[in-house]
Amino acid sequence: MLQRLITTGVGLLTGILVAAAPAAGQTLDKIKQRGVLVVGSKADYKPFGFRDPAGNIVGFEPDLARDVAERLSARLELEPAVSSNRMQFLQQGKIDLMIATMNVTPERRQTVGIVDPSYYASGVNVLAIRKAAFKKWEELKEQKICAIQGAWYNKTVAEKYGAEIVAFKGQTEAEAALLQGNCVGWLYDDTAFIERLGDPKWASFEMPLETILVEPWGIAVKIEERDGAWGQFISKTITDWHRSGKLIELEAKWKIPPSAFLKKMHDETK
Amino acid sequence: MDAVWEWFRVLHATTGIKLTIFYDAFDRARFFNGFLTSLRLMALCLLCSVVIGIIGAWLQGARSRFVRATTQAYIQFVRNTPPLVQLYFFYFALGAYLRHTNAAGLEVPIVSNFVWAVICLSLYAGAFNVEIFRAGIEAVPRETLEAAEALGYSRLKAYLHVVLPLALRISLPALNNNLVNLVKTTTIAYAIAVPEMLYVANQIWSDELNVAEMMNVLLVVYVSLVGILVYAMGRWERSMRIPGYTPT
Repeated sequence: MLQRLITTGVGLLTGILVAAAPAAGQTLDKIKQRGVLVVGSKADYKPFGFRDPAGNIVGFEPDLARDVAERLSARLELEPAVSSNRMQFLQQGKIDLMIATMNVTPERRQTVGIVDPSYYASGVNVLAIRKAAFKKWEELKEQKICAIQGAWYNKTVAEKYGAEIVAFKGQTEAEAALLQGNCVGWLYDDTAFIERLGDPKWASFEMPLETILVEPWGIAVKIEERDGAWGQFISKTITDWHRSGKLIELEAKWKIPPSAFLKKMHDETK
Repeated sequence: MDAVWEWFRVLHATTGIKLTIFYDAFDRARFFNGFLTSLRLMALCLLCSVVIGIIGAWLQGARSRFVRATTQAYIQFVRNTPPLVQLYFFYFALGAYLRHTNAAGLEVPIVSNFVWAVICLSLYAGAFNVEIFRAGIEAVPRETLEAAEALGYSRLKAYLHVVLPLALRISLPALNNNLVNLVKTTTIAYAIAVPEMLYVANQIWSDELNVAEMMNVLLVVYVSLVGILVYAMGRWERSMRIPGYTPT
């Protein structure tokens, strides 16, 4: 009964949203007409999207957004978005395009128009004490590894590599426990470690293992426009970024460790 | 045995009740280990907290004012702060200073999270036990103690052989209560990642998304464990009864 109610509710809501949305295929024309491209990006996820001391949103993703704007000879406007509102912004027409560190999931594909190919991929890695000198995931066997309670990959790593997972409630506790030597490493999203590795506080730590369980990141347009002119334009642009090596170039510019995904995509599209 | 485990897999397939702790070998092993960790934690805390209670109650009656004041300070400090805060304090604040360098050249904590949980929970329940035993001791008639002294008992001997056995009998119902509470409080050890049952259940339900099933498993296990404790304490209480002795 409850499930039926929820399904009906969601159905109704989707209906309203779809009805309220402007006719499909309009975004490209709208941008050209106004001369402005509005992109939703992160402003709190260094180095992918963050504010510089002057307050401007800069980073890997804003650079991508700028490239799209240049291709359209439009002026770029960046709209800061967070994970909980980025999809709604797109549905409401507040933004034309979303480049906001979003993992591709089947559920999300049904909500927004995720354009293929993916422009980046993040996975799981370990921030380990240098002295432990890990080289392979297999060496984590019977080692204490800090983690966050509820992360979906804790079990996979424990089962596959025999690591002893010591999971805490939040990032802060896991971080404190690692710094105090309660574990030899911390299992988390590899992108979350990037900024830490540049911090002197973490000088005695490294990320020596190859990233595993890689999940792609997607750029999204409104779902009705995914297969339209706007979606196709974005898809071509992303493919072009992969082919030209622009993504790898930006990765280096923002000091993001080279991801195997970008290299693979570059080699495939060359 | 495998047939039993398989039955739970069939149960999941037919009814959707997902008890992976029976048919998934990995989940089964970790839940069983969690259960054992919980039992060890409970047993050690019960024992230590009762010992702390007995010693504390004796120190409360010490001649030295300093000893009495220290005991009182301990009780007030521990009794008036939340156990979760104490646990975080011991593990994150105190633990940061208690470190040594191990054979591999890594700085590691001297005290493990499990031991911190035992220390913290024993001290916590122990503070209540001190007060419970004090109530028992104060209910022992003054004349009984005087009689013991008249027979040449020292303070310690009188406490061990005369006062404590009587006081224990009077304290048992209240002690029973506090120990039941202690058994349930061991679940907060999950906050410092001691792999006891709640922690393991939490891990399992985040992996398998079977929150309702695991909540029920936890409830059943805790009700059974507390039931066993209450039953054992009840038996002990009855076996310790002195026929005809009714404290007034």
